[in-house]
Amino acid sequence: MTRTARGAAFAEGLETAGAWLLAVLWILPLAYAAWTAFHPPEFSTRFALDAPLTLQNFANAWAAAPFARYFVNTVALAAMVLAVQLVLGTLAGYAFARYEFAGREIAFWLVLVQLMITPDILVVENYRTMSGLGIVDTVPAIGLPYMASAFGIFLLRQTFKTVPRELDEAARVEGAGGLATLWKVYVPLAKPVYIAWGLVSVSFQWNNFLWPLVITNSVESRPLTVGLQVFSSTDQGIDWSIICAATLITAAPLLVAFLLFQRQFVQSFMRAGIR
Amino acid sequence: MTTRFSAGIHGWLLLLPAAALLAAFTHFPAVATLVQSFRSSPKPNRPAAFVGLDNYRTLVEDPVFWQSAWNNVWYALGTIPLSIALALAMALAVNRGLRGRAFLRMAYFTPTVLPMIAVANIWLFFFTPQYGLLEQVTGLFGAPSHNWLGSPSTALACVIAVAVWKEAGFFMIFYLAALQQIPPVYAEAAAIEGASRWTYFRRIVFPLLMPTTLFVLVNAVINSFRLVDHIFVMTRGGPDNATSLVLFYLYEVGFKFWDTAYAAALTMVLLVVLGGIAIAQFGLLERRIHYR
Repeated sequence: MTRTARGAAFAEGLETAGAWLLAVLWILPLAYAAWTAFHPPEFSTRFALDAPLTLQNFANAWAAAPFARYFVNTVALAAMVLAVQLVLGTLAGYAFARYEFAGREIAFWLVLVQLMITPDILVVENYRTMSGLGIVDTVPAIGLPYMASAFGIFLLRQTFKTVPRELDEAARVEGAGGLATLWKVYVPLAKPVYIAWGLVSVSFQWNNFLWPLVITNSVESRPLTVGLQVFSSTDQGIDWSIICAATLITAAPLLVAFLLFQRQFVQSFMRAGIR
Repeated sequence: MTTRFSAGIHGWLLLLPAAALLAAFTHFPAVATLVQSFRSSPKPNRPAAFVGLDNYRTLVEDPVFWQSAWNNVWYALGTIPLSIALALAMALAVNRGLRGRAFLRMAYFTPTVLPMIAVANIWLFFFTPQYGLLEQVTGLFGAPSHNWLGSPSTALACVIAVAVWKEAGFFMIFYLAALQQIPPVYAEAAAIEGASRWTYFRRIVFPLLMPTTLFVLVNAVINSFRLVDHIFVMTRGGPDNATSLVLFYLYEVGFKFWDTAYAAALTMVLLVVLGGIAIAQFGLLERRIHYR
């Protein structure tokens, strides 16, 4: 009995050690980037406790590439996409949840197609479309393919379906039309879902790379991810301290937001993924 | 009758803006890809013309395409089981209420919020010959120096490792959510019966997690065709196309060589694969999910 108890305790200790080892491995790249970015270049491959701290790498990186402009572009992109997504998704989700119309089922399946065939697969044809519209190399062109989000429509449809019919009818009895009911009854009740969707959407646009790479070719429209890639592959050679600083600059807003609102982030991604 | 009719009009009007954008940037390009794949790429002195199956013939005879396709298969086989197994292990660890579980959860999940293109720079340095971190560690054990990203035999494995690192924490949260739904009485009953923790996991927890595993599996399969950002930074498909995946090759053909017609044929390959996954998912998995 004592031997199995000791065996179980040993196994449990092993699991704990494994969990911690995994966590350290998972955080190591970020910890390493932070070390290199905050220390002079001569310490980028050498670890010493007495290494002096410095912000010079950040200053150098910021001066070496138009990161301020990239930030503006990324923030504009994420805000624009989110705003349009929320409006269109709310209207479409409401239509699917509470209106009877011919072709509703087919339309719904056609919307779900986008869950599988995402815009990043269709870069070639979407580039041709943007080129036909004459908007290649603009921020709206980066956002357009994402503005109608099947994922968001689906999420809101499911949420709106859980709203009690009585609330809907009470609003209608008081004379509210379809849109007024949506605004006064449905939207307030779906607030947690909007927050979840918002976090996921902003994270996605912030981190998106392939389509922005294809559709932009100037500083005026490039988001941070593409700007960082251009910076680290051409301008920089192999100055790791500056590249690490630039990497942290790019990731910082989301990372800080995540560290501050961890629970909210994790729950949002969870809610957004579970259908 | 008239109210039903007007409700129908209202429904369509509400749907219209989203439907128009979806049609313009998902359905139309998917169909246009098929059409373009039967035409030639326009050149300055020669407009696009119907060429039948020529692009597909090129594709079948293109060794780089086949290598990318096989790389993609290995990439899928490497990332899917590993990221799912690690995700489950992470979720079990966080759910057990170990000391410092908040830190564990934070550490596992952080890669999800970081831009892949940014972290690829850090990983690039890890794998750098001579003074990269990996080299320093293997050097401590007296292992000979090795160019991890520079040799065809190890480059794909490095790319897979980064993808697993990025994905596992994201999949973890779905397992975590599912684990929290399991009533504690099951564990109590198992303990009374004297079942070991392993038996409890294998006979009770794992079967209960099956729907989550299927959901995560579908996502992992899709991601194995979509997750190529880090390749742009770490290897650019090299050395010798050893890390070229189908979507990456599609980008090179379409936007570096500007052979848009051939890129359309390559896009069709991805559309067929993803369509196949969608049908499989619909047939096998969605039967248990009720959308209404």
